[in-house]
Amino acid sequence: MTAVELRGLHRRFGDVTALDGLDLSIEAGELIGLLGPSGCGKTTALRVLAGFEQPDRGQVLVGGTDITGTPASRRGMGMVFQSFSLFPNMTAAGNVAFGLRVRKVPAPARRRRAEELLELVGLGEKAKAYPHQLSGGQQQRVALARALAIEPAVLLLDEPLSALDAQVRNQLRDEIRRIQQRLGTTTLFVTHDQSEALSIADRVGVLRAGQVEQLAAPDELYHRPATAFVAEFVGTTNRLQARRVSPDTVEVLGSRRPLAGTGDAEVLVRPEAIGVAADETSGLTVVARTFHGALTRLTVAVDGREVVADVPSPLASGLVPGSRVALTLGDVPLLAA
Amino acid sequence: MIRRLALLLVGLYFLVPLVASFVFTVDGGANVYGQIITAEGFADAFRRSMTLAVLTVAGVLGITIPALLAVHLKLPKWRPVLETLSLIPLAVPPIALVVGVRTLLGYGPDELAGTPVGDVLVSIQDPELPWVLVIVYIVLALPFAYRTLDAGLRGSDVKTLVDAARGLGASWPATLGRVILPQLRPGLLGAAFLTLALVLGEFTVSSILLFETLPVWLLKISGSDAQLSVAVSLASLVFTWLLLLAVSAFDRKEKTS
Repeated sequence: MTAVELRGLHRRFGDVTALDGLDLSIEAGELIGLLGPSGCGKTTALRVLAGFEQPDRGQVLVGGTDITGTPASRRGMGMVFQSFSLFPNMTAAGNVAFGLRVRKVPAPARRRRAEELLELVGLGEKAKAYPHQLSGGQQQRVALARALAIEPAVLLLDEPLSALDAQVRNQLRDEIRRIQQRLGTTTLFVTHDQSEALSIADRVGVLRAGQVEQLAAPDELYHRPATAFVAEFVGTTNRLQARRVSPDTVEVLGSRRPLAGTGDAEVLVRPEAIGVAADETSGLTVVARTFHGALTRLTVAVDGREVVADVPSPLASGLVPGSRVALTLGDVPLLAA
Repeated sequence: MIRRLALLLVGLYFLVPLVASFVFTVDGGANVYGQIITAEGFADAFRRSMTLAVLTVAGVLGITIPALLAVHLKLPKWRPVLETLSLIPLAVPPIALVVGVRTLLGYGPDELAGTPVGDVLVSIQDPELPWVLVIVYIVLALPFAYRTLDAGLRGSDVKTLVDAARGLGASWPATLGRVILPQLRPGLLGAAFLTLALVLGEFTVSSILLFETLPVWLLKISGSDAQLSVAVSLASLVFTWLLLLAVSAFDRKEKTS
């Protein structure tokens, strides 16, 4: 069942086009990650859905109802912001209960609900603390509890982790996912951090210049990117020179692969699809090596550009900067750049 | 060493006149401070000044708060315009302002007599409660109130807080009352205090327009009773300090709660 549908959204700010006919639909209970470089329109899309921005054209539908003209205060959506947004004059419990207070829920009921939600985000002890007495991570947990307190039709997360340090970020990210799955809340999560989007979203939409470039499950996005932009934005990718040997075959790193087209081409290859082996007769040398546990990343100079390859660490043991190596191409489909 | 010396000198600079004034008022044994309340004209002048101060605070906040919220939340492009406007009263000398005001007020019982505009001009010159002073004081207080409140708004991310409140279902009045105003409290207190201090100490305008506010009354009696006038000056200084202390204590209590 479709919970949210954004249809042909357009929005301009002066000369800047933030949304250029954006379409997106979200299934009930699904967590969609919206990923893209800054200025791609992802935050604008979220703010239009929340009702903080009006689209110039297009429609916003929630549960099949057109809410394009409904003010933010009557959309019943919970939002967590990038910057710390707790009301500084209220305690954690007061913040969580705010949405219920303006809905005229009786005091005992909203106090119970606030306690319940603070418990859910692991801050049952901090009900009486003021925002300035909480760490950044704790403040964002309270903000999440506050957004969930009103049982939102859609939960909107606008880069909620970007102001936090790495360890807290990963922990809270996993917790957001756990809570979201437990409550089954339809969620839109905006981020510029691809690993964040890939690790918790059911599907990820990659935005470019105000449009969805590709909307797919994380592994599909990574392994079968629809365009060069998606391939280069999601994960690390190498641009390699491919020499055309027949109308539908090219040669890359000594291997022949099918790729239709005319003339030589540039192709995109993931670092893990490139094999590296010592070869004294080769003209290629390792220029850098970084150890990442199970994998070791080797940077090899090829025709004046740097190619990175992730190889299992045991296979990279003898390869240091200066080593002469040969590169091979794994059995992967090629994507023209 | 040099720092202590400097502090000492500055301290003396402020303290000597105060102590000298105080010694002067108690010299001779008569309880001058007790006479203040009953002195002829004091009660009226004091009540008038306080009323003007309260009305001015209400007026200046009533103008600056909506204007500032509008530029912070909706019309950021207008911020430089408003900022410049708010500074104009500082650039115009009060004496120039008051001469203009006096000329305008003169039209009331004169050229415009009998017309609605003339009636308004006359009615705002009531010597018991001169509304014209409220209007002039609002203009004079505008730069201070604007600056103080603007600093308070810049310090906090009001836009995000408003979005958060709206998103949670709060109406505009609820957002204003429960989120924005509590957030602005230190700035509001500061602006209110500055305005209060300005109105209680303002002499030029009220004197030229011939209204008897506290400072005007002070000057009037200083000729007849020097001791009493110095005592009132000291008392009003202490009164202002107490107000300032009350404001900052209120503010600190809020932060630690």
